[in-house]
Amino acid sequence: MSTERPQHAPSSTGVLARAQNIRCVYGGGEEDFTAVDGVSIALGEGEVLGLAGESGCGKTTLGNALAMIAAPPLYVLSGTLEIDDGTIDLSTLSHDDVKRHRPYRGRTVSMLPQGAMNSISPTLRISSLIKDVMRAHDPRITKDEALDLARERLKMLEMPVRVLDSYAHQLSGGMKQRMITVISTLQNPRLLIADEPTSALDVSSQRMLVEMLLEMVEQRIMSGVVFVTHDLPVLSQVSDRLAIMHAGRIVESGPTRQLVEDAQHPYTRKLLGSVLDPSQETRARGIARRSAPVTPEEVGER
Amino acid sequence: MSESRADDMITRSATSGEILLSCQNVTKEFSVAGSTITAVDDVSLEFPEASVLAVVGESGSGKSTLARMLLRLMPVTSGTITFRDQDVTHLKGRDLREYWTEVQAVFQDPFASFNQFFTVGSLLRRSLALAKISKDEADSLIEECLGYVDLRPKEVLHKFPHQMSGGQRQRVMVARALMMRPKVLLADEATSMLDATLRVNVLNVLHDLRNELGLTVLFITHDIGQACYLADRVAVMEHGRVVERGTTEEVIFSPQGDYTRRLLSDVPDLRGSLKP
Repeated sequence: MSTERPQHAPSSTGVLARAQNIRCVYGGGEEDFTAVDGVSIALGEGEVLGLAGESGCGKTTLGNALAMIAAPPLYVLSGTLEIDDGTIDLSTLSHDDVKRHRPYRGRTVSMLPQGAMNSISPTLRISSLIKDVMRAHDPRITKDEALDLARERLKMLEMPVRVLDSYAHQLSGGMKQRMITVISTLQNPRLLIADEPTSALDVSSQRMLVEMLLEMVEQRIMSGVVFVTHDLPVLSQVSDRLAIMHAGRIVESGPTRQLVEDAQHPYTRKLLGSVLDPSQETRARGIARRSAPVTPEEVGER
Repeated sequence: MSESRADDMITRSATSGEILLSCQNVTKEFSVAGSTITAVDDVSLEFPEASVLAVVGESGSGKSTLARMLLRLMPVTSGTITFRDQDVTHLKGRDLREYWTEVQAVFQDPFASFNQFFTVGSLLRRSLALAKISKDEADSLIEECLGYVDLRPKEVLHKFPHQMSGGQRQRVMVARALMMRPKVLLADEATSMLDATLRVNVLNVLHDLRNELGLTVLFITHDIGQACYLADRVAVMEHGRVVERGTTEEVIFSPQGDYTRRLLSDVPDLRGSLKP
């Protein structure tokens, strides 16, 4: 069942990007597994689109397809991305496709992968990492230019410039994640795909990251964000619109407030009903659940 | 901060049931580049049987270090850990292995907890073989415990850890801990990689095991909503110290300390927005 609302498309200033009919499969085994099944999304200029759904529903795969970083055994069978008056064929069926996508990566679409903050080399200062990343994308840029750009960006976001001289182990999880976010947007991508950027952070660090991302959109460091997470409360704070994925498809989408207040699809309602906030209602549910016998339906659910 | 709540802790918890596990004045110091960092600073906690204590706090507050000391994976700098009225602070050898059959843990990074060269089936069977459980009994235990966390043996037993999602790995970790039928489960951000629906399922499993088998749970989390759903009592840690504690209702609905209030105010609200 699909509950596409009329507001599915962005209604604000203009359309930044439109992805059409993305189909992704994991192959290489006895049979292919379809992870994303004909998904189309649109994003307005300056908009944050929240992409939510349970583990394995295909949200990270969709993010990888949009960021053009799909690699075997993941294959993008079809899909286009209309952005900046051009249309990019997202399909990756051969090594040539990978080369074809290279110019778009980091500039047109940048990816902030899940767990990226744990991938910072422990032997490099943040400044060296920045130089490496920038020169990988543009060999003409000098090291000084790369660092000047990073300093300027940190000042703009009111972050301490001294972080550039640090090693990863000297930074808190929240600071590492904010630095990785800054690095992945140094080239001012039109679109940022942020995959679970807040999942490993405590609530205070989550809030700082979310506020920084919104500031970056406000300053037009990037023109739009697809924010992928299973954490609906975080999404409701950051996104203009929500798209709910289930089994490789978008089952419902719409403006965040409307979707949270008046979800139509049973799966969306189930997701929203599973959110545990520190409220009297959650406490009452917990106490009721504690004293209630397990029902056969729940055994089945497990 | 509520010092009186901290003082009341022992009195209150003692009325809830027999104290199974406790730590008294536990401190952990690390030496880093010539200076000393106190990760856990004079913490005393008690775990009555069949109760859930949530320890909440931001990253770096000492929650995981505390769990590692209670599990005896890390020596204490000072203080005492007691299990069933026995001092287990310096257990070794066979005694320590016996302690681990009763006190199990699920950690926040399941990828770091599995040997990458073994399938899930090998890992689970090996755990049970170490506990001298017969193969037939092991197979039925594995099926039962994977069922608790919504996994089917056919789907996961043949897979290597890298072939599973983070959520699946975390669920296998929970199943592995439950297989030993522990009396105490130290769950350190055990549901952080699970989506909302699965998370509720796992929390419900903990509710049930507490009710039916009298499982005692130390639930470490930065998600106060989960503590609100599951815990009987909550302790809040900041910079290695317990700065507030009490019943779940007391700490979450009428917090006394500034730090607890700030933690609660940072929790994202489903119906709130940070958009300008």
